[in-house]
Amino acid sequence: MKQFIVRRVGYSLLSLFLLSLIIFFFVRVTGDPTVLLVEPGASKADLDAIREQFGLDRPLVVQYWHFISSLLRGDFGQSFYYRMPVLDLYLSRLPNSLLLAVAAMTLSLLIGIPTGIIAAVRVNRWWDSAGKIFSLLGLSLPSFWVGLVMILFFSVYLGWLPSSGSGTVLHIIMPAFALGWYFAAAHMRLTRSSMLEVLGSEYVKLARLKGLPEALVITKHAFKNALIPVLTLAGINLVIMVNVAVVVEMVFAWPGVGRLLYEGIAFRDFPVVQAIVLLNGAMIVIVSLLVDILYAVIDPRIRYGR
Amino acid sequence: MNGSRAATLTTGWRFAALRIGDFPLIPTAILVGLALLAIFANVITPYDPEVGTLGDRFRPPFWQAGGSEAHLLGTDHLGRDVLARLIFGARVSIVVGFTAVIFAGVVGTALGILSGYLGGWVDQVIMRITDTWLALPALTFAIFLAAIVGPSQWNVVMILGAVYWTRYARVIRGEVLSLRERDFVRLAIVAGCSKRTIMKNHILPNVLNSAVVLGTLMLGVVVVTEAALSFLGIGVPPPKPAWGLMLADGKKGLMAGYWWLTVLPGCCIMLMVLSANLLGDWLRVKLDPQLRQL
Repeated sequence: MKQFIVRRVGYSLLSLFLLSLIIFFFVRVTGDPTVLLVEPGASKADLDAIREQFGLDRPLVVQYWHFISSLLRGDFGQSFYYRMPVLDLYLSRLPNSLLLAVAAMTLSLLIGIPTGIIAAVRVNRWWDSAGKIFSLLGLSLPSFWVGLVMILFFSVYLGWLPSSGSGTVLHIIMPAFALGWYFAAAHMRLTRSSMLEVLGSEYVKLARLKGLPEALVITKHAFKNALIPVLTLAGINLVIMVNVAVVVEMVFAWPGVGRLLYEGIAFRDFPVVQAIVLLNGAMIVIVSLLVDILYAVIDPRIRYGR
Repeated sequence: MNGSRAATLTTGWRFAALRIGDFPLIPTAILVGLALLAIFANVITPYDPEVGTLGDRFRPPFWQAGGSEAHLLGTDHLGRDVLARLIFGARVSIVVGFTAVIFAGVVGTALGILSGYLGGWVDQVIMRITDTWLALPALTFAIFLAAIVGPSQWNVVMILGAVYWTRYARVIRGEVLSLRERDFVRLAIVAGCSKRTIMKNHILPNVLNSAVVLGTLMLGVVVVTEAALSFLGIGVPPPKPAWGLMLADGKKGLMAGYWWLTVLPGCCIMLMVLSANLLGDWLRVKLDPQLRQL
């Protein structure tokens, strides 16, 4: 167990290192990073000053050392637009993003799990086909378009929900639905296949053989085990949601990390864009590490398998 | 009996309504139709998709009050014909979608084969990079790259290729790992073929099926990502008629209730993505039994 964790943590550290290397590499290989790091319209003297300050005229290895050591000190640069450290900016927006992600996740599980179970229980009947259409649509509709159509319907025509902003429960309904839609389809697919697998297993057959009513077999015996892979996926999807939310947050003017990223692009605020990619990538690496360790604690086969 | 029943249960989900026999006819027809629209866009529509008449702004589709037969699906905020823009938009989506999928496919397949066949430190290096790359959230990564290189149609292709090659590398490497243990590869080694020849003549043809299946499934992902980038203003630059760009323009008229500017481009994206997914699903079952579990 200890060995497994040590190795897994080592891999994650390596991933974080490569992540910083990839970001560093792309910024430098695609042109002069100085232009990205100063405000648009800066003078030649400003450019030279920045080049000096960040050591951009030095060898790449030295530059990388500067880059990584300031990251490790928690210095992700200054936002041109907000005139404050990017890390503070990011942390001030993160709670909003997490709130939206949790709401969207709750919705997607509330839709995905029941429909997935029904599709598995009534396999190959019309309900299953309806579920298939639903999951295909969910995976094919861009989330921001779902959001736009919902604004059109619920804000413009019916006037029930506010079209943008945040603050009340009403504000979160549409963004959560637009964001959760895709994941609802994914969770439904997984619930269905996982439920089918469990329903075919020996212990469910035994439960049926001893004469348990079908409803009890499904709710009490099959459901719990079928849920494990779905909840694992949901854990990782929560982090992915924070990342894909950028377009949805832009549509609904939701003040999360995604909106910050959009503002970073719109105002040509490059330090913000770079910091968000780094921090979001790091978040995914760390969460998948935690999920893996948790999995190894639960299931010994994984520990010894590698 | 139970085993075979379980097998049909999991692989089931036949979808009779959209198929003739087994072949997904309608999705294929839609994709071919979109491709024809893209090719003959200049012939089909009399309007220039990038130039409008400002006197004709925000005309609704012909069946609504105020619409006219001159602009069947209405006009946008600059008076440009929506139908013409949708048709030319198909060209942008198809060109970007296909080239990006092929670009990602070539890079990913090549690295997947190298990684799987050579093994050792090559495998370690490529797979570590692939894993990290996969940890980077696709859309955020694409936005980051777009912010560096700036908006242009070919930049979008490069960005999408750079973001999505990892999906191929992973799957192809897995296939190669099992292929290299097969007899025909061992015999090729005994016959004295070089590693290069084996990878090119013996491994590559055997993973092409998987690459094609993945490519079809990736087409939908790529088209949606392109639309998202264009929507955010860092994809295909205006005034080009990309569907995502049309949605961004449509947002300006959304609160005024100009629904056709928002609904119609989205329907086009959906048709293309849905068709690609259905076709990909079918190809997966037909061409590549190993990928069925994906």
